[in-house]
Amino acid sequence: MRELIKRFRYHLAVFFAVVGPGFITAVVDNDSGGIFTYSAAGARYGYLPLWTLLPITVVLIITQEMCSRMGAVTGKGLSDLIREEFGLRITFLLMGVLVLANMTNVMAEFAGVASSLELFHISRYISVPLAAFAVWFLVVKGSYQSVEKIFLFACVFYVTYVISGFLVKPDWKEAALYSVKPVLLLEPGYIYMLIGMVGTTIAPWMQFYLQAAVVEKGVTAKEYKKSRIEVIVGCFMTSVIAFFIIVACAGAIYSVRPRDIQDASEAALGLKPFGEYAFLLFSAGLFNASIFAACILPLSTAYSVCEGLGFEAGVNKRLKDAPIFYSLYTLLIVVGAGVILIPKFPLVQMILLSQVLNGILLPFVLIFMLLLINKVGLMGEWVNSRTFNLISWATVVIMIGLTLALVGITVRGMH
Amino acid sequence: MADNLLYFTELLSMPVVDLKGRRIGRVKDAAMVPLVHASRIDRLLVGGTDAWLAIRFDQVRAISLAKGIELSEEVLVPYHDDEYLLRIARDLLDQQIIDVTGRKVVRVNDITMGIQHDGVRDTLNVLEVDIGVRSILRRVFQGILPPAWIRRLQRYIPPNSISWEFANVVEPDPLRRLRLNISYAKLEQMHPADLADIVEELGPAEREAIFGTIDSESAADALSEVENPKMQVSILESLEPEKAADIVEEMAPDEAADLLSELEEETSEEILDEMDSAPKTEVRELLEFREDTAGGMMNTEYVSLHDAATVTDALSAFKGNEDLLENLNTLFLVDGEERLSAAIPLARLFIARGNARLKELASDTLIQVTVDEKQDRVTELFDKYNLLTLPVVDEDGKLAGVITADDVISVLRQK
Repeated sequence: MRELIKRFRYHLAVFFAVVGPGFITAVVDNDSGGIFTYSAAGARYGYLPLWTLLPITVVLIITQEMCSRMGAVTGKGLSDLIREEFGLRITFLLMGVLVLANMTNVMAEFAGVASSLELFHISRYISVPLAAFAVWFLVVKGSYQSVEKIFLFACVFYVTYVISGFLVKPDWKEAALYSVKPVLLLEPGYIYMLIGMVGTTIAPWMQFYLQAAVVEKGVTAKEYKKSRIEVIVGCFMTSVIAFFIIVACAGAIYSVRPRDIQDASEAALGLKPFGEYAFLLFSAGLFNASIFAACILPLSTAYSVCEGLGFEAGVNKRLKDAPIFYSLYTLLIVVGAGVILIPKFPLVQMILLSQVLNGILLPFVLIFMLLLINKVGLMGEWVNSRTFNLISWATVVIMIGLTLALVGITVRGMH
Repeated sequence: MADNLLYFTELLSMPVVDLKGRRIGRVKDAAMVPLVHASRIDRLLVGGTDAWLAIRFDQVRAISLAKGIELSEEVLVPYHDDEYLLRIARDLLDQQIIDVTGRKVVRVNDITMGIQHDGVRDTLNVLEVDIGVRSILRRVFQGILPPAWIRRLQRYIPPNSISWEFANVVEPDPLRRLRLNISYAKLEQMHPADLADIVEELGPAEREAIFGTIDSESAADALSEVENPKMQVSILESLEPEKAADIVEEMAPDEAADLLSELEEETSEEILDEMDSAPKTEVRELLEFREDTAGGMMNTEYVSLHDAATVTDALSAFKGNEDLLENLNTLFLVDGEERLSAAIPLARLFIARGNARLKELASDTLIQVTVDEKQDRVTELFDKYNLLTLPVVDEDGKLAGVITADDVISVLRQK
């Protein structure tokens, strides 16, 4: 019996030693853009889109699992592996697009910070510079361990969406029904929304971040089974949060009058008639999600680029030793936050552009991932099984199709 | 001078011309045979119509950017993969190597070679491994812009290279390591903390290769400097139990015990079984204590003398324990039943007469803790009394071990 308890304690300790990367990556998937997508879906179509969350979870799990497996087995980041197997020029191009795409993503996150705090009557000329400085300071002055702890803590705040979902008192019976019942309306708006929801589920930066974080954490092939549990739990958590966002907007906005919303803060305002708390929690959640993603995106970008191109990188390095890492990191924050303060900056176009860039990048990233994970020289016994390969290739093909469809729609809309 | 340099990016796809001036193909790769010569390019691999040809260095008459490779012999053999060849494009480019002088891991962007003219033939010698922005530029534009343009463009960027002499290739496969004449002897000369930083940057296979090959003492020193305890564990687990035992024996007993307690019991038993009996007993005793108590923090490397001993006795005791002297700053006195009776700061011995009794030199108050004292209390005592060493006694008051300031620092840093 004592032996059993000892074993259990050992396994529990190992589990907590690997918690972090998978959880954080999955949760950050619900950034300000994600929250807007889900809010808009709930506000316009109510409970109907809920069924997409199940396939979204599956897609997330399949892609995230592969990255964390590669990280644990090879001990190298995704951009490292792409560099080693596909050469410098491809890596350089890939990283160039990644920087541009993530730069526009960072803008979107700081826009989220600005609009969420404006709900609390804080001017963006105060909130954005402060937030930018806090983000910069956190990473430059912190260590990886402390930063990860703060990130994990930020994950807890997503519970605000769950509470505000309850406060709105939605129709739970309908919510449950449509979570498992696929509904397809043949109207362009609905189809566009579905493509948007699934198409934005995986972003290229997530794959890079997750794998690098697994490596930084020092997860080994032996502990990998625990890491996989973490990834799966994280993906489910993400969908649970998305579920409550949709339900809150369905209950508060759709049930009153179905309409299109322009940004996530409008969704928060829509919750106001259902109590000050629902509104406050929803807005606080938006702020948390935006600033959280604003922390991770620049960091992950600087990491991937420096790793892939062979520059020194890491929060534990001193400024003098990793100048390119810190410059790139600072540049992303300064530009990302700076443009929010420029009056009449074409932010919406920028966010659309980021969607297009992500869409161009994603097929390459996913295909490289599948090629890499099937290399026996790299993965040994950890290569994909035949069944898993079938599923993952199918997923990748569908995801590429959806993403390209999204790019098509976006480009048409941009004219 | 600059005319005698050739970059590998320029050598790649350079035309190869036979005696009659006919072009027979382009260079696809170049290879060294490190067992024969440490830096000479021994073969050029040329892709012609179908199979690759291997050109020996003595079949080349001239090498120039303008005219390419001119041969001096007609008879060329087809290329067969040869395990004694270190191929530049395949084995070096884009891979990680260790910069021994700069003490870091770098990624190879390009190789700088020198063209040596000796009247009969031109020979290529590897001079430098290129890292940094300048070589990235060459790689990105290689084959797109003419080499002369690239050379002109790159002048504006400062070079960043490491001498081939100080570049250490990392090869996980031991057999291949022998065939390619790769040794890690240079790494043994490094400061253990630098070596630890280096192995932390490498993948698990490379890490294992380094720890498995360097001598046990350097390995032990470097292993105790590795900051992430999980990585220490995974390194130890990946080694053969005999090698792991050799390394653990070289470590300070308290560190060895801490490390072994993190392993799965089966593995740590295997390692303990392989250890010599003296260090094994010490480590086993320390393993009995909980990690967060004084017993778990202490080590058993100390010098204790009998109550009645004189300064001369102390000096002769040191002569038998030279290996302890480096970190020794306190001397302990025990009574007839081995109970701790006094602590003497080492510096006081210098100003005392040879026949003085050690007891007279003792500190006024004897600060000690029992083996089960909590870790927090220990650090508190170090702070309060400005201690360098703290003796630890068992329940009978017998001296069991010593906690030194560096143990406390490690504990504090891990928080």
